[in-house]
Amino acid sequence: MDDRLPGIRPRPTLWRRLDMSARVGFPASTTALLLIAAAAPLGVPGQAEWQEAIALGCVFFWSLFRPASMPPVLVFLLGVLADLLDYAPAGLGVLSLLLVHGFALRWRRSLTRQGFLLVWLSFAAVAWGAAALQWALTSLLMFRLLSPGPALFQAAISAGIYPALAVLLTAAHTTLAEPRRA
Amino acid sequence: MIRLSIPVRQALAKLTLPVLIAAAFGLMLLGKADALLAERARMALADALAPIYAVLAQPLANAHAVIDNADHMLSLYGDNAQLRQENERLRHWQSVALALDAENATLKANLRWIPDPPASFVTARVVADAGGVYARAVLLSLGPNHGITKGQIALDDRGLVGRVTEVGTRSARVLLITDMNSRIPVTLETSRARAMLVGTNSNRPRLMYWPEGIQPAEGERIVTSAEAGAFPAGLPVGTVHYTANNVPEVEPAGRLDRLEVVRLFDYGLRGVLAPEMVSHAETPARPDPRQPDRRH
Repeated sequence: MDDRLPGIRPRPTLWRRLDMSARVGFPASTTALLLIAAAAPLGVPGQAEWQEAIALGCVFFWSLFRPASMPPVLVFLLGVLADLLDYAPAGLGVLSLLLVHGFALRWRRSLTRQGFLLVWLSFAAVAWGAAALQWALTSLLMFRLLSPGPALFQAAISAGIYPALAVLLTAAHTTLAEPRRA
Repeated sequence: MIRLSIPVRQALAKLTLPVLIAAAFGLMLLGKADALLAERARMALADALAPIYAVLAQPLANAHAVIDNADHMLSLYGDNAQLRQENERLRHWQSVALALDAENATLKANLRWIPDPPASFVTARVVADAGGVYARAVLLSLGPNHGITKGQIALDDRGLVGRVTEVGTRSARVLLITDMNSRIPVTLETSRARAMLVGTNSNRPRLMYWPEGIQPAEGERIVTSAEAGAFPAGLPVGTVHYTANNVPEVEPAGRLDRLEVVRLFDYGLRGVLAPEMVSHAETPARPDPRQPDRRH
């Protein structure tokens, strides 16, 4: 990626290459750490929904603004981790995260040019869709019609924490996760 | 590394997402077909994380205690008046209980009653919430060689909490009585009628299938029933509470929303285990001699 840009750059020493790969790996590794931290005994009400919301928010943000650091394979692995931590039917979290990733990539060109409000609104729509999908598939896999309450709550929490998450991730996006600052 | 031409690389990049989505569906089917595999993967991860969560548990408990203390300071006056009243009531009940205890002892002595052996138990710390959006469970941190098995019964200091459903080398998962998949045979304490306690994922499980002609009374105590050989009789579960729609629910006696330490009792009961647990239970090298094999 860097080779295509003209200009003078410092020599790629070992330290510099390590620094760059750490920056490239920052989004996925922090998402994984946040997921594990969200499963800790914090005693927050609705913690399971928080965990889903964090996974969705992080994957959406990084897929939109730094897709090079959030490739589909990593999204898949994050989904597996979320499923294992969440005790949900295996594969459900993987599927919803991959679909969110796909959506973010598809609308990337138009969305990144818009203001925060539109990005937030589209994330709210995506989170709603993901919660509905998880609800429908969990119902199907358990052969039982589940109450839609938790799904609505999950969608609301996802939309609610996105602004706070976006502030943190935007700060990281321009500093820590920027390989060119290595 | 194999060098590919740019169009091939682009085509491969476009294919990754659909292939991975298909893999997600495959994972879903695999998880449904082989529940044991998913369970093993979960417990392996839980085993790795349980020590970390156990280290975190103490400072987090301290933080909660500080918040609780501040909360209690605010409601000190009201609490005090309430406690005085309750104390008076309990003093009365204490004298009744002592009298009944003495009477019971004499009656048992006259009947040559053989007392039940006290059940063995171990205490474990709850280190994380092991539930999800559609599940209610907790994760326990255990030492190595803990000897915990599936189907053991978890109680806190007040009442029934749930049953052990998954066991790893350093952790175990307890399915709470509020979980949607929890079904517990219970007895209504006053009428001695049998019923089922059915979890709904809400804070209060529902009471179902009580016999005709009997109505669970508001505030009636619910205890476990020995039917089906899954629980010993008489463990405190909770009290009946009617919702606005006149549906009897049970307010759990255990404090399920703030579990810190639970006791795991081994009553040697293997009456009801899910099919995948039975297939798992067939593997251990040391069969339980106390129970006849009921699977045939």
